[in-house]
Amino acid sequence: MQRSVIETAASLLETGVCTRVLGWKTGEFFYDVTPAVFTSAEEVRKDMVFTPFCGANLSKYLIAESRKEGKIAVFLKPCDTFSFVQLQKEHRICRENVYAVGVQCPGMSDPDALKALGLKGLTGCVQEGDTLRVDTLYGEKAVPLADALSLRCRGCKSKRLHDCDAIIGTQGKDLQTSRFAQVEALEAMTAEERFAFWRKELSKCIRCNACRNVCPACSCETCVFDNPDSGVQNKAAASSFEENLFHIIRAFHVAGRCTDCGECTRVCPQHIPLHLLNRKLIKDMNTLYGVYQAGADFETKPPMLAFTLEDPEASIITQGRNGQ
Amino acid sequence: MQVNETFTPTIVAFCCNWCSYAGADLSGTNRLQYPANVKIIRIPCSCRLNPMFILRAFQRGADGVILCGCHPGDCHYTTGNYYARRRMTLLFSLLDFLGIERERTRVEWVSAAEGAKFAATMNDFTETITRLGPNRRLEDLRCKEV
Repeated sequence: MQRSVIETAASLLETGVCTRVLGWKTGEFFYDVTPAVFTSAEEVRKDMVFTPFCGANLSKYLIAESRKEGKIAVFLKPCDTFSFVQLQKEHRICRENVYAVGVQCPGMSDPDALKALGLKGLTGCVQEGDTLRVDTLYGEKAVPLADALSLRCRGCKSKRLHDCDAIIGTQGKDLQTSRFAQVEALEAMTAEERFAFWRKELSKCIRCNACRNVCPACSCETCVFDNPDSGVQNKAAASSFEENLFHIIRAFHVAGRCTDCGECTRVCPQHIPLHLLNRKLIKDMNTLYGVYQAGADFETKPPMLAFTLEDPEASIITQGRNGQ
Repeated sequence: MQVNETFTPTIVAFCCNWCSYAGADLSGTNRLQYPANVKIIRIPCSCRLNPMFILRAFQRGADGVILCGCHPGDCHYTTGNYYARRRMTLLFSLLDFLGIERERTRVEWVSAAEGAKFAATMNDFTETITRLGPNRRLEDLRCKEV
């Protein structure tokens, strides 16, 4: 897979289809993969990678990159293509300046998941089918891919590549997975337990704003949280209210536009399962206003920009759980 | 420490200019009683209510927040309250998911002719909040009076 990604990128540059390529390269460690723009085939052959750690969703970078001169080629995994379509739907990407290459994805691994399995001194990693062959300082180990997957990839919603000019690998299908299982488990708890759960998670927040900066749906030029006159400190651990406010409002602002790509959880340095907030909103919108998947097509109207005369009243939320 | 007998909640009522604010006015001219700790904030339409306003009200010391707007179908701007209904349903569900008492927030449709309903709603909501006690799960201690 890595070889065909690199060869495709190099030939796109050599044949002049595009002038730049947006892909991934390794950082300090092999599992530290960062997005990068390549301008020559030599650079691509030297630095570009496609490993089980290429989790970064490149579609958000296209907002800025597609406005620059010349065409840019971009490599998108299935869940990234949802964001790609959603951003086009919001008129944020100049599609004519983008050559989109879809890459089929087996699910991205998480270095922390590997460390949690007791692997230390990671030096390299190759994915072969359903296993991950991990090189460590203490020898080679084989790990089932399912155990190494990042949180958001357990319960992948779709392997379908949307709106791509070329595809590497095969076109996939929408999957029926229990991605709402954790949300349902939380819903089954009492309000006290839920509050304790979220207090424990959200109090870890250091307000680094990584979730906001990486989110393809959070693409406002000026963010409400950057307002110095907002009356909140926008600082870490100022008060429990700050964390609640930030995460409630952030989840709410992307409601109906969130494609559930899970980037917020991937980048969180404190490992807060932020995708659960978005999944809760998606689940609610699906049950209350009909099934909707942001970024799955160009036509359907997002639920928060529509209404019907028969919508349930807000009191529906407390009905049915009065027994608690 | 405050005990429940002496606890008087602070309640913020966001009222739409065209129906509920006029409804509040009518309940006043009709000399109907509703608790004085209900602070009414007039907004141009129920869909003007940014979810941030609700959280901000809690931050600044509110114990309950209620949104009153025109009945569905009666909106001065035709469709505003339909959008408000979807937004508030979703927001309240998220608050509930985070374990913050959902009963502290409410949406009620009150028309300009329903002065009695306005007073009854406010009495009922104040009673609910008094029973729930002071807001603890969305409070900002920096904004509390010592």
